[in-house]
Amino acid sequence: MQPTNRSSRLLLPVRMGFVMLSLVVALGLNFIPVGRFYAVPDFVALVLAFWCVREPHRVSMGTAFLLGVLVDVVHGAVMGQHAVAYVLLAWASGVNARRLLWFSPLSQALHMVPLFFMVQVVMLVLRLFAGGRFPGWEYFFTCFTTAILWIPVHYLLLLPQMRPIDRDENRPL
Amino acid sequence: MIADHQTPPFFKRGLPASARLTIYMVFSFALLVADLRLHYLEPLRQGVAILTYPLQIAAATPAEFVRKTSDYFSGLISLQRENSRLKAHQLGVASRILLNEQLRQENENLRGLLQMQAQTPVSATAAEILFSARDPFSRKVVLNKGGRQMIEPGSPVVDPAGVIGQVTRVYPLHAEVTLLSDKDQAIPVVVERSGLRAVMFGTGNGLMELRYLAANADVHPGDRILTSGLDGVYVPGLPVATILKVGRDNAESFARILCRPIGTVERTGAVLVLARASGRLERPEDESADDTQRSSVGRVRKPVTSRPAEAASAPAVATTSAPREKQVP
Repeated sequence: MQPTNRSSRLLLPVRMGFVMLSLVVALGLNFIPVGRFYAVPDFVALVLAFWCVREPHRVSMGTAFLLGVLVDVVHGAVMGQHAVAYVLLAWASGVNARRLLWFSPLSQALHMVPLFFMVQVVMLVLRLFAGGRFPGWEYFFTCFTTAILWIPVHYLLLLPQMRPIDRDENRPL
Repeated sequence: MIADHQTPPFFKRGLPASARLTIYMVFSFALLVADLRLHYLEPLRQGVAILTYPLQIAAATPAEFVRKTSDYFSGLISLQRENSRLKAHQLGVASRILLNEQLRQENENLRGLLQMQAQTPVSATAAEILFSARDPFSRKVVLNKGGRQMIEPGSPVVDPAGVIGQVTRVYPLHAEVTLLSDKDQAIPVVVERSGLRAVMFGTGNGLMELRYLAANADVHPGDRILTSGLDGVYVPGLPVATILKVGRDNAESFARILCRPIGTVERTGAVLVLARASGRLERPEDESADDTQRSSVGRVRKPVTSRPAEAASAPAVATTSAPREKQVP
């Protein structure tokens, strides 16, 4: 049996309006004040990486840069800190996009762990250079919680593109 | 030869990914440098903050709603308990308030007799902590008042117990307060019991550290630490911290003194933003002369350690008048 691109069940073309909306919602989720609770997933990185994998020609580093600056301002971080990390994330997801789409959502989530980990490490290194304090090892929980959310988000964000399956014996597609 | 050539693109895709990555990385690093080293980006920050403020409030409101709801259902008993506690507190404070007016007048008269500078009354703005900022590398909270309510950068922020921090960034509708426990956030202080002066720095993990005090400095765990007001930013006499632990190590010339903040830092609630204490105090002129004398006589290390201690030996107000008297002979 030939390998099939399992994740590419026939989908409707994506609507850019929905992509924008999902990114804005992710921004909103990122702005929820949680205080000193570290394991909060980075929703912007998650949704951004998802669209970079799914639509690498429409959502990529430019979007990542803009989102990064917005998050920097709201989190009161150093300007450009999230921008660097998100641009790298967008690039890495874009490069791996074709490969990733051959895997099931669970394996995709596993593949995303190192990428989200890279985001954390880049920000940590930048801030330590800038004279910040080390926030403790709990800081790295974020990349795991973010990667776990990849599975539900995978179905949630593809929902508008899915259409009912009506199998036709004569037409295998 | 042919194998070296890439296939010609059928569709226009713009710049290759690696080129775009380079461009955006250069942009991002430019931002980083411009913000960290040159501080050029405050206008951009202000603009973006105005754009994102509605989203920020939209995100904060449900969280606040949940918190308020749990407060609402917190029950009759806890409210009654709080009520009785507040009444007892009120009784305790009432007597002090009655005395306060008399003491203020007396103080004014005495100051008049001594021909000292009159204490300027401090204006304060009440504000509420909306939430703590999510940057895990620093300790900041966001207030619900900003430039529109005449909040200025640099103003000290106090809660009912003591100083909690300093306004570091002001947006039109909100403001960022850097807490005292933020790494390298400094505040000039005086130890209440011994009158010893020092500078206190945040350590980043919720505690503070008194630096540059000699290993034999007169401090004990439990001492209260107040603002000294030497900086012209903080009003003198505000409680800041209590000393938690004093480590005296013979190998080092400074004592290692850890303090715990008195203000209930990093919690939502009402705070006061004080106006900056007006009138920066002049640096006493004879102090440097003293230092050079000492360094020529004593050990080399001594002047460095003795500087805060020496400043501490003079009481708060006398620092302005003392140098003039000393210069006469």
